[in-house]
Amino acid sequence: MNTRSIDWVALIIVILLFVIVAVMGFMAARWRRSTEVEGLHTLDEWGLGGRGFGTWITWFLLGGDLYTAYTFVAVPAAMWATGAVSGFFAVPYTVVLYPIIFIIMSRLWSVSHRHGYVTAADFVGGRYGSRWLSLAVAVTGIVATMPYIALQLVGIKAVLTVLGLGSSQNAFLTDLPLIIAFVVLAAYTYTSGLRAPAMIAVVKDLLIYLAVIVAVIYLPIKFGGWDAIFGAAQTKMSAISPATGKAAGVFIPSPGNYSAYWTLALGSAMALFMYPHSVTGVLASKGRNTIRRNAAVLPLYSLMLGFLALLGFVAIKAGTKPIDLDGSVNPQLVVPQLFIDHFPSWFAGIALAAIAIGALVPAAIMSIAAANMFTRNIYRDFFRPDVNPRTEANVSKIVSLLVKVGALVFVIAMDQSTAINMQLLGGIWILQTFPAVVAGLYTRWFDRWALLIGWAVGIVFGTVSAYNVVNPATHAHFGGSVANVPGTNVSVYIAISAFVLNLLVAVVLTLVFRAFKLPQGADMTRPSDYGADETDPRVAQIEERLHGFVEPGGPSPVP
Amino acid sequence: MSGQETPAPDQRPIPAVPGADGGPRRDSLTRDTPTRGPARPLPYVIAGILLAAAIVLPLLPQLYSFDAPRLGGMPFFYWYQLLWVPISAILSGFSYWLVTTEDRRRRREARAANVGLEGGDRL
Repeated sequence: MNTRSIDWVALIIVILLFVIVAVMGFMAARWRRSTEVEGLHTLDEWGLGGRGFGTWITWFLLGGDLYTAYTFVAVPAAMWATGAVSGFFAVPYTVVLYPIIFIIMSRLWSVSHRHGYVTAADFVGGRYGSRWLSLAVAVTGIVATMPYIALQLVGIKAVLTVLGLGSSQNAFLTDLPLIIAFVVLAAYTYTSGLRAPAMIAVVKDLLIYLAVIVAVIYLPIKFGGWDAIFGAAQTKMSAISPATGKAAGVFIPSPGNYSAYWTLALGSAMALFMYPHSVTGVLASKGRNTIRRNAAVLPLYSLMLGFLALLGFVAIKAGTKPIDLDGSVNPQLVVPQLFIDHFPSWFAGIALAAIAIGALVPAAIMSIAAANMFTRNIYRDFFRPDVNPRTEANVSKIVSLLVKVGALVFVIAMDQSTAINMQLLGGIWILQTFPAVVAGLYTRWFDRWALLIGWAVGIVFGTVSAYNVVNPATHAHFGGSVANVPGTNVSVYIAISAFVLNLLVAVVLTLVFRAFKLPQGADMTRPSDYGADETDPRVAQIEERLHGFVEPGGPSPVP
Repeated sequence: MSGQETPAPDQRPIPAVPGADGGPRRDSLTRDTPTRGPARPLPYVIAGILLAAAIVLPLLPQLYSFDAPRLGGMPFFYWYQLLWVPISAILSGFSYWLVTTEDRRRRREARAANVGLEGGDRL
């Protein structure tokens, strides 16, 4: 058994910052509230923060939302363990991400503004007149988000372990701090909605920048410069692993790795903004151009992520030993351990608190986003088409609690690797909603049933392929997210091969269904909707003007 | 920071419900009323090329998967990709300028065409 002593100074700083953040979370309920709305009684107010965040708040919110605690823990861990292909791809991933969202996301913002859409599935339902396609998008979003929330808990757990909390004997005591943290998080998300993570994100992001900048300047000086650090990394990566007979990792990708490297980056970038929590962050912004302006300033986070990834190599040089409570090597402890080994306790406390708080922001946004999807695209579309906005907000609040409890059970009751496998699958699944959502922003050419069948084919193919990847060392299934394209030996990210198959099926079946003249669903959107900005009236306002009434709860996307 | 900037003249809101403030009631603004005038392709083509470059070039490991030249001890593979972060930001920033300038012009055009609908004093 490995005994860790508690680092009290660091622990007190972490607790103090956690309390400050919790107070801010509760106070956020009163922040920027519009005067005529008493309380957070609509999805627009509770679930999208009033749809009024400007450029700066959106910058912090999306930064806090996309660069999660798990990212901070897992990317350097991958660099430390296996090197560039599974770790450093995060840099091209977050570089190509922003041009992609620059192109597609302002159109989604415009059409959602006009129609009051809260989720991507709302848009798909309105565009194709198909609540089944909308359901497919919503279920995929919810299922992919759940393990993602669970992984945020894994991030907190890494911090708690390094701080010396928990023991290998008493599982309940080990998990108690995690449970307390999540109960508090659930409470302020319930009362304040999206405003809570938006406010907390500012603190979290500033702390993270501070920690990373100091570490990136100080640690290389301490360990003899980048030359020595990359030297140590190169030695470790080219060593032959006794388990597999191959090199331990990749220092610089060779031509055989190119296809895996770029498909991982591209597939992850395309998938990220299909996740409900990213869409929530975009739709909460004030204007059509807010997200575009952010595409030019959000890359600052990518630079930070790149240097954070390199801390994985720094830890190799520093000889960091990430030993878990049960005595096994757990690469995810690398970065927290690096901070606690080489910085004074008070600064390590700030850095560890930044990671832990970094888990709370995305967890809150993800639970809100998943709850909104349930409320709009399952509860309203299938059970209560006449639901009023107040009930919608109440349902969403309760579901957000359930989602968090589910994630907590996930992490505590099941093996941690289950959450990681599910997250790996989640990335593959969520990309299968890309054709329906993104093609829909530009064209109504695709048939709704063709898209639905393409989605199903992509999901099945992706799941089976991922199951068949066997870890060479442990012989476990779901051993990675890269597999050969069937019939070749070109290895690519499974999400991408499933996506290509999905798209092919959708195109071919659209042509077939056209030939048979299958009925098309009603399209609730107009060309004018896709260019609308914040000053253009909403559809509900136009309808009110023309007909003198508005449907309660806004128009349903499906007639 | 909290969204209190005064909107540019062409971005001032269309009154939510004309007629409510005593003005003439206008029923001709419909859902199909264009929100923007016709596009000039050039700014979109240039922005498209810049953004395509920012997507494609970082995804070609053939171009940068080398150790040399090192920069401050960092292999080319690593510093080249980090360098793409600011480059991508600059390309996105320039595209933003191109696209929003054209966007504003189109919006002005559409609103000018709608002046009749909106009571006339908007521009």
